[in-house]
Amino acid sequence: MQQSNAYIIAFATGLTIVLGGLLSITAVSLKDRQQREVKLETRKQILSAVMNVEGKSKQELSEIYDKRIASITVNYDGEIIEDVVAEEVKVDKQYKLKPEDRNYPVFKFMSEADPNKLEAVIVPVYGFGLWDYIWGYVALEENLSTVKGVSFDHKAETPGLGARITDSEIQQRYQGKNIYDQSGELVAVKMLKGESNSEDKKDMNHIDGMSGATITGNGVNDMLKNYLTYYESYFKSLKGTSSMSSL
Amino acid sequence: MSTETAEKTVEKAKSEALLSKRRKRIISDPLDDDNPITVQVLGICSALAVTAKLEPTFVMAIAVMFVIVFSNLIISVLRNAIPQRIRIIVQLGVVASLVIVVDQVLKAYLYDVSKVVGVYVGLIITNCIIMGRLEAFAMGNKPYDSILDGFGSAFGYAWVILIVAFFRELLGSGSLFNFKVFEAIGWNNFPTNGLMTSPVGAFLVIGIVIWVQRWRNGYVEHS
Repeated sequence: MQQSNAYIIAFATGLTIVLGGLLSITAVSLKDRQQREVKLETRKQILSAVMNVEGKSKQELSEIYDKRIASITVNYDGEIIEDVVAEEVKVDKQYKLKPEDRNYPVFKFMSEADPNKLEAVIVPVYGFGLWDYIWGYVALEENLSTVKGVSFDHKAETPGLGARITDSEIQQRYQGKNIYDQSGELVAVKMLKGESNSEDKKDMNHIDGMSGATITGNGVNDMLKNYLTYYESYFKSLKGTSSMSSL
Repeated sequence: MSTETAEKTVEKAKSEALLSKRRKRIISDPLDDDNPITVQVLGICSALAVTAKLEPTFVMAIAVMFVIVFSNLIISVLRNAIPQRIRIIVQLGVVASLVIVVDQVLKAYLYDVSKVVGVYVGLIITNCIIMGRLEAFAMGNKPYDSILDGFGSAFGYAWVILIVAFFRELLGSGSLFNFKVFEAIGWNNFPTNGLMTSPVGAFLVIGIVIWVQRWRNGYVEHS
């Protein structure tokens, strides 16, 4: 009897319903917690571009975030969009739109002593590595050309190779580099091919690469170049308004 | 693996002891003589992929243990009801569901770890050790024995990948569980070996482990 077609169909249907129900219950009951983790993680990532987040609890970081980050959203032309909350802009979804149509969140890191004084500007970046998407945040000093810090993350880069973009050792290489070259053109900061390049190659726009992860490195390079270019008009407008105090 | 608790006395003639000799063998065989990786050469794919660092390897071992024990139990309970003709897809359905549950729980409670092992957790579904145990053992044995078999196979898998990860992280990154051991003992410019961080390094280490084990056991493959 067990081998009859009716039994097989009934068994398969029953199994599908039970397993499907089980998975739905798991997904629904864990959803809130997962979303909270993702939100805290995003805040941590944003802050890690400007400060050392090691050893700080997610709760502490969340408090620092509330105190020191002032976020706005701009469009491709650098104009502020009033009614969009920067934290709710999904950079990954926006990535599928044309660059001109996207919303661009900007996270301004304010000085601890003076909440009105800009200390750094953090912008998200998004791109493609070797296997899947990579993303991160780039923090620029208030002169809007020196890199204060970066933080990268990835979905599926190879551990030990491309996944090294999440190592602080790699990310520290970006600090103090310039996103403009000597002629004043925006070139972003490029990773060289291979590791242990000679010092003269590592000029103000270049850093050492990751051996065995050239394609991930290229992905990072493209990601930085693209996104910093998208933000260029906003940077220009920001420089225009603050030029009186800085120059 | 010989230092196990003294065998419990058999209470009644009919019922088998909780850890009888036969059951001990179910657990201990996969650790050594019938190891899923070194003897059966299954699960090599994940053994190569996750073992660059100890931490993800450890989580992977626990996740595999959870999936293998529970899928063995579920399939064993259902074994007489599962229609022969669709048994593989039933096994696959059970394994896949358990894997998704593990993935979701990791995302909710161990977010940082799930970021590291995320992709590989999904790949547990394709780990041949699990399907192999379901087909070879759980389909024909009682639930309790199947649980023991699941633990045995999972430990057999775990110790091999942990050894591989130990050498790969130590030589490839100069650390253990992300703790820089060489800097701690004052050797600051330890030359890390890039080969060890790539899957090729895992091949070499697994090859050496298999060699040592077969040399010790005298196991020879007959063609």
